[in-house]
Amino acid sequence: MNQLEFCNVSYCPGGKKVLDAVSLAVAAGNYLAVTGPSGSGKSTFLRLCGCLASPTGGSILYDGVDMAGQDSVAVRRRIGFCFQTPILFGDTVEDNLIYPYYVRRQKVDRMRIVKLLELFNLGGQYLEFPVRNLSGGEKQRIALARALVFRPEILLLDEVTSALDEDNMQTVEQAVAGLHADGVTVIWVTHTPARSRGYADTLLTIENGCVVSQEALK
Amino acid sequence: MNGAAIGTGSLLIVSSLVFVALLFSWSQKLKLEKEIFIGAVRAVLQLVLVGYVLQYIFGLKSSAFTTLFVFFMVLNAAYNAASRGKNIKYGFLFSFVAIAVGAAVTLSVLVLSGAIMYTPSQIIPVSGMIVSNAMVALGLCYRQITADFKSRRDEVETRLALGADVLPASIDIIRDAIRTGMIPTIDSAKTVGIVSLPGMMTGLILAGTSPVQAVRYQIMVTFMLLSTTAISSFIACYLAYRSFYNGRKQLI
Repeated sequence: MNQLEFCNVSYCPGGKKVLDAVSLAVAAGNYLAVTGPSGSGKSTFLRLCGCLASPTGGSILYDGVDMAGQDSVAVRRRIGFCFQTPILFGDTVEDNLIYPYYVRRQKVDRMRIVKLLELFNLGGQYLEFPVRNLSGGEKQRIALARALVFRPEILLLDEVTSALDEDNMQTVEQAVAGLHADGVTVIWVTHTPARSRGYADTLLTIENGCVVSQEALK
Repeated sequence: MNGAAIGTGSLLIVSSLVFVALLFSWSQKLKLEKEIFIGAVRAVLQLVLVGYVLQYIFGLKSSAFTTLFVFFMVLNAAYNAASRGKNIKYGFLFSFVAIAVGAAVTLSVLVLSGAIMYTPSQIIPVSGMIVSNAMVALGLCYRQITADFKSRRDEVETRLALGADVLPASIDIIRDAIRTGMIPTIDSAKTVGIVSLPGMMTGLILAGTSPVQAVRYQIMVTFMLLSTTAISSFIACYLAYRSFYNGRKQLI
């Protein structure tokens, strides 16, 4: 069954065309790499998937139901979203990792948090670190761990490895591949499509707000 | 009368001070001569008009008319505050509610405690101070909240993406805006008497009231301004933040 389906979706805020008549389906458990030139509409595509924006035309179905009719907060809680520029808040790394529990009013699972830090080559000692002293790469990996605190059904990644060195890039790619193997649907906007070929099931190319190709890789 | 009373002749001589400002503008090529002239004429006309209106209202000694006058003040202040947050939907209504509740709570405490009486000569000047202070605070709140929703957009979206509802996603911005609205009043409370002798106290002293008695009034004024600013800023910011989201809880 298709988990996410774009039906003739357009996004033209204030009349400016950003996405135009996009139709595609993402099956549950699929790994979709999205590529295209800067300003082509890739990030907007991801924002629409993550319910941070709504289409101005057409509809997006999530598990067969129009997203427009669903509670946005409930939808977002089923999706993990990591942005190109990681934004950490509060004072320490811990403040960030407990935030998803705080907004859901749930008890913090400390074991889970430490495990996630380890998944991204960061140890439990990081919890006490002040966020202002972290490097860009550390911030990005913490932002990734934070997006995974509650296992998402869909993981949306917006050029998350652009600030990482080769070692950390591999760590992130392997972690994401592990999640995919575990059944999580992955949609990864990337500027290095050649790397994605090793992991992704489908390579989607967006240009000028239109899907110009959809290539099955596996 | 023990206090000061300005005669017409003195007032005419004092008017020459406007020419000092005009002289500076002219000699420094500031091109403010027209503005200064209009400002001075408007100040005279407005003050003379309000002087007669107040004298008439004070003479009426009517509670209903006093309330109506205060209502009119709040209406004007709300209109002015709303103009500072043009992109805030229902800004006028929110400002009206915020200022009206802030003023009502504070005035109730002042009247019930016996600090002032519900007579036009006491309620109207005190309301004027309260309402104008709240108006300035709301203007600051709206400017701050608007600027923050623009500059901290990524932070808000990160919180939304992590599953936060609109209130927890905006809470830091709301608090910063309330703080911005309140800080000038807190700062003036900290420095009152040291840096400045505020208008009301100066007025009372000039009118012949003993400084010790004038200070009591100033303490009341300081506290009432703190309370009104806090209430009005709190209400306005908590009502206004939703304007930055659409019905689908997405940033506009």
